[in-house]
Amino acid sequence: MYAYDEIDRTLVNERVSEFRDQVKRRLSGELTEDEFKILRLQNGVYLQLHAYMFRVAIPYGTLATNQLRALAHVARKYDRGYGHFTTRQNIQFNWIKLAELPDALEDLAKVGIHAMQTSGNNMRNVTSDQWAGVAPGEIEDPRIWSELIRQHTTLHPEFSFLPRKFKIAITASDHDRAAIKVHDIGLRLIKNEKGETGFEVLVGGGLGRTPFIAKTIRHFVHGGDILSYIEAILRVYNQYGRRDNIYKARIKILVHELGIEKFSREVEEEWQHIRNSSLQIDDEVIEDIRSRFTYPAYEKLPYMPDELRQAAADPDFEAWRKNSVAPHKVQGYSIVTISLKPTGGPPGDATAEQMDALADLADRYSFGEIRVGHEQNLALPHVAKRDLPALWKALDKLGLATPNVNLITDIIACPGLDYCSLANARSIPIAQELTRRFANHELANLIGRLHINISGCINACGHHHVGHIGILGVEKNGEEVYQITIGGRADENAALGTLIGPGVKFDEVADVVEDIVEAYLALRERPEELFMDTVKRLGVEPFKERVYATR
Amino acid sequence: MPLVKGGKIMGDSFVKLAVDTPQPEGGDILVPAERFLGDAEGLLEGAGKVGVIWPNNRDIVELVPYLDRIAAVALVFPTFRDGRAYSQARLLRERYNYRGELRATGQVLRDQFVFMLRAGFDAFEVKKQADAEAFMQTAKRYSVFYQPTGDGRITALHRRMQLRHSEGVGT
Repeated sequence: MYAYDEIDRTLVNERVSEFRDQVKRRLSGELTEDEFKILRLQNGVYLQLHAYMFRVAIPYGTLATNQLRALAHVARKYDRGYGHFTTRQNIQFNWIKLAELPDALEDLAKVGIHAMQTSGNNMRNVTSDQWAGVAPGEIEDPRIWSELIRQHTTLHPEFSFLPRKFKIAITASDHDRAAIKVHDIGLRLIKNEKGETGFEVLVGGGLGRTPFIAKTIRHFVHGGDILSYIEAILRVYNQYGRRDNIYKARIKILVHELGIEKFSREVEEEWQHIRNSSLQIDDEVIEDIRSRFTYPAYEKLPYMPDELRQAAADPDFEAWRKNSVAPHKVQGYSIVTISLKPTGGPPGDATAEQMDALADLADRYSFGEIRVGHEQNLALPHVAKRDLPALWKALDKLGLATPNVNLITDIIACPGLDYCSLANARSIPIAQELTRRFANHELANLIGRLHINISGCINACGHHHVGHIGILGVEKNGEEVYQITIGGRADENAALGTLIGPGVKFDEVADVVEDIVEAYLALRERPEELFMDTVKRLGVEPFKERVYATR
Repeated sequence: MPLVKGGKIMGDSFVKLAVDTPQPEGGDILVPAERFLGDAEGLLEGAGKVGVIWPNNRDIVELVPYLDRIAAVALVFPTFRDGRAYSQARLLRERYNYRGELRATGQVLRDQFVFMLRAGFDAFEVKKQADAEAFMQTAKRYSVFYQPTGDGRITALHRRMQLRHSEGVGT
């Protein structure tokens, strides 16, 4: 956990007063909607189809229980009793009133939560691995660096009016859970031959209407140089990124148009000017940030406690444990993923009651800490294995023990036409229907790891390009039509999916997915061959044939 | 459009010339980059001070040879959403050590003041009278800054180090 000090608290409070003043000036008419728009966006406030939507940052996906309770409070007091966790470690409230926003922000500020730069053309919430600090084999906790970068990018005087939004993600594990290759800057924490911490820096990844996988711009940037290197990238982008066309304004287009070699030369030149400046970070600064992260006092616990052995007789518990419980770096502990994808529910939603109850469970079983992942699920990062049976029972009562993590019903979806003013098609109802079709846990387990991603428009908030099965809703002659891709992935082997053929109608989407799954089950060489591997081995063709043979 | 300098609204001694306006006898002038570069020596020989209006899509390096002889650089915000001039401002102040007047022009609104001050601007052609009047109050909105810039305001990281060391002395 990162604990704000007086300096961080002061800044967040100053931001709340500033926003209160901005809202007041908007309500009095002193600010036009055009002038106000960018100010509210800089504070995470969108105008959606039905109401204002408020997006709150959960930097690098770490929450303390008092923070989760504050989010529940906002859901209850200012919204309709629920919140929606997004793909970038944010939470959104969909029914907030403009006049009440400053109060909601003030309530959140009391527990060190803010909404700065969760939208707008600036540097967005810095995201990381939701298993940071607890994943076995991790090089070091990437949240220390995430926090350093969070501070540096907050209210940056030079880069608050960029050509377009700018997203940074950090991972420190071999398995990339932070999707760094689809970010504007992706940072992979590594050690050099001297054992010093640094980063492989990737640039120009992103989805949207022109998807790109990020390219490596530098194989090693020393940790002490990371702020100056990021600043150099941003300075090049701020000056040369396109501003004539919103669809070509992301850094990925600049990198693509210049080519990575020319772009990296520009960055290198700029970096040499600012490398040895006050942007240099020494060990003492890193230690200071590290000292404000607290880690649990783990007990010495057995690898296999009796409680777990006894509970193994219950097949429902075992199904959940095998699916949702992952190894922890400390013996006797586990990482528990909490699926926010119940059968028939909108992906990523949690009610205020669930959030409060989960905070209680985290206090009891996870040293008061909760994590948020880009898959729109939550996690309890430090659960003693002996507590797993009791935790499972409690989660089950709350409807939070669906054993479908990483399975076909663990769907990532944007809000789509049900909420979003940009959407062309519905996303949530497609997700809901798919969770019903594949509700049988044995079937889902038989299929194995399979990620479905759904976006309701080309802006790709549901990351459909990198779904194993990607579903993109578009509008054609006043009708919702869905394009299906397969073979995408967002991890360390990130790839964009391939279109399987003509779009299909809303009512046909679930049938098509069933066809693809059936084809996979028939085509896989052995049960361990995952959907992704079968697609890789055989290509799109056999799936295409199966889907379109009868259509 | 009110001009704010040194935190106060004041009269503008500079007269803005277009590309083809005849140069007045004496008096301070602000000229577009194109005109300035076309006749820099001629303009600089005049009696008054010379300032340059520099567009946000032109490399500031072209102006560097003249920086010690010009009195003002006016950078342009065609809309408040276009942030290129922030980079130009920091480069002028921090890389090229420009110490003359650095003026923000175009769509300059209250909620950009803090960013502009931090980037090195010290003169502001403010679009709205009410915003100009609120300048001092707005400039004081923040007391905490996370990034080091040429304005010299102490950063949060630095302040923490100071606190650490001062605490260390007593213990």
